[in-house]
Amino acid sequence: MSIKGKAYIMGAYEHPTRKAPDKSIPQIHAEAAKGALADAGLTKDDIDGYFCAGDAPGLGPLSMADYMGLTKLKHLDSTDVGGSSYILHVAHAAEAIAAGKCSIALVTLAGKPLTSPTPRAAIPTAPDASFESTAGIVVANSYGMCAMRHMHEYGTTSEQLAWIKVAASHHAQYNEHAFLRDVVTVEQVVNSPMISDPLHRLDCCVITDGGGALIVTSPDVAKSLKRPLVKVIGAGEAPKGQAGGETDLTYSGARWSGPIAFAEAGVKPSDIKYASIYDSFTITVLMQIEDLGFCEKGKGGKFVSDGNLISGVGKLPFNTDGGGLCNNHPANRGGITKVIEAVRQLRGEAHPKVQVKNCDVALAHGTGGSLGVRHGSATLIMERA
Amino acid sequence: MSTETKVRVIPAPNINPESQPYWDAAAKSKLLFKHCKACGKNHFYPRSLCPFCYSDQTEWKEASGKGVIYSHSTMRRAPEPYTLAYVTLAEGPRMLTNIVDCDFDKLKIGMPVHVVFKPSKEGALVPVWSPD
Repeated sequence: MSIKGKAYIMGAYEHPTRKAPDKSIPQIHAEAAKGALADAGLTKDDIDGYFCAGDAPGLGPLSMADYMGLTKLKHLDSTDVGGSSYILHVAHAAEAIAAGKCSIALVTLAGKPLTSPTPRAAIPTAPDASFESTAGIVVANSYGMCAMRHMHEYGTTSEQLAWIKVAASHHAQYNEHAFLRDVVTVEQVVNSPMISDPLHRLDCCVITDGGGALIVTSPDVAKSLKRPLVKVIGAGEAPKGQAGGETDLTYSGARWSGPIAFAEAGVKPSDIKYASIYDSFTITVLMQIEDLGFCEKGKGGKFVSDGNLISGVGKLPFNTDGGGLCNNHPANRGGITKVIEAVRQLRGEAHPKVQVKNCDVALAHGTGGSLGVRHGSATLIMERA
Repeated sequence: MSTETKVRVIPAPNINPESQPYWDAAAKSKLLFKHCKACGKNHFYPRSLCPFCYSDQTEWKEASGKGVIYSHSTMRRAPEPYTLAYVTLAEGPRMLTNIVDCDFDKLKIGMPVHVVFKPSKEGALVPVWSPD
């Protein structure tokens, strides 16, 4: 069985806040859900499937369903693969809808890492904790090791990585809600303070409060609504870890999730008109672009240079909302905003300055967890119907 | 540039029944890894069941303590900068660890390193690596 054509994304809402000292995390989940329902033209009592991940406070879907008053639920899924969870949730919602388990699914994300930061405490019972908890793994040095190895193997440079941030900043200038709206240059990126070698401050995504929500429906429900039809046509997911010590930092799980999604969708990388590519760091984007097949392995540095990711300029318009690098990385998890901007592009509702012409097929891809240690890859391909 | 400023305090290790022999050996300045008698492969981090063939016929072996840096990243935005790295053990598997007693700016991929044991916050010795 395939999910191709079995579900549609009919509601998408990005909470406008980037700094929310006056709101609770459940409140932002609920406000995002309300926004997505309004976008779709549905009400909360229409929802019969609910999807959330590790950012959902309390006992995940149980606490949040009770808080939001979701009383018609027949299907729950709280699969947590870090920031890529919400891309995977769309695929899981499509599977549940195809199997008849629900027909209107809600996905939510919310968090406040800017105004209420909580340290990412090591989980003492994690299987690796006994051997790795002394080493001081944080996000930036895990991704830094990936960048260092990529530079060593393929000659990738800091200037090439900087082009990814430059492209994101060109898009963010048009997004009134973006956390950072100033256009930056390659020089500004490579001259920004070193965080964890070889990643500079401007190679890193923003830290923002916020949230988002999606509504995924059956084809029958979708066709009864008044919004443009965004059809789910393919998805893939894969975890990647250290392989018992045969660790290879040069590629991500996109090498596996991508081909599964492309095969299901029946399209090739060259068919993708717009791509939302997870951008926790510049190196994340570069590796995923290679692993998804947009360019040859090791040639990502050349591919992303000279504005090739800028809408209207380059071959692969990416993250036209400004992405995690400039716009928003709510809850330190960027997956849901990746799907939201892809939906805007397919509907023709992106900002006119960044809207891709004839955007009929789009991709959203995420890397959750930690690229240099253990991560989850999720690829989603959507089509304007 | 001298980087011999304040040295990061290594947190105490997190020990459970499966990892106890590893930390007992570390207390005697020995680095252990796991070898699978069924498939013949070495692995790290160590498990009771081989992650390659799922056999339970795994045994602890002492590493030579020689290796090379596979990749590294020095965290500069910390009160005491420190280097996270993967070291490829002479016995094959890669180990997530730290590089210490070094000039951070001179570290390179492929650099030969040897294991050293440093006391953690509560005294337990932790295996880390230093350039030869």
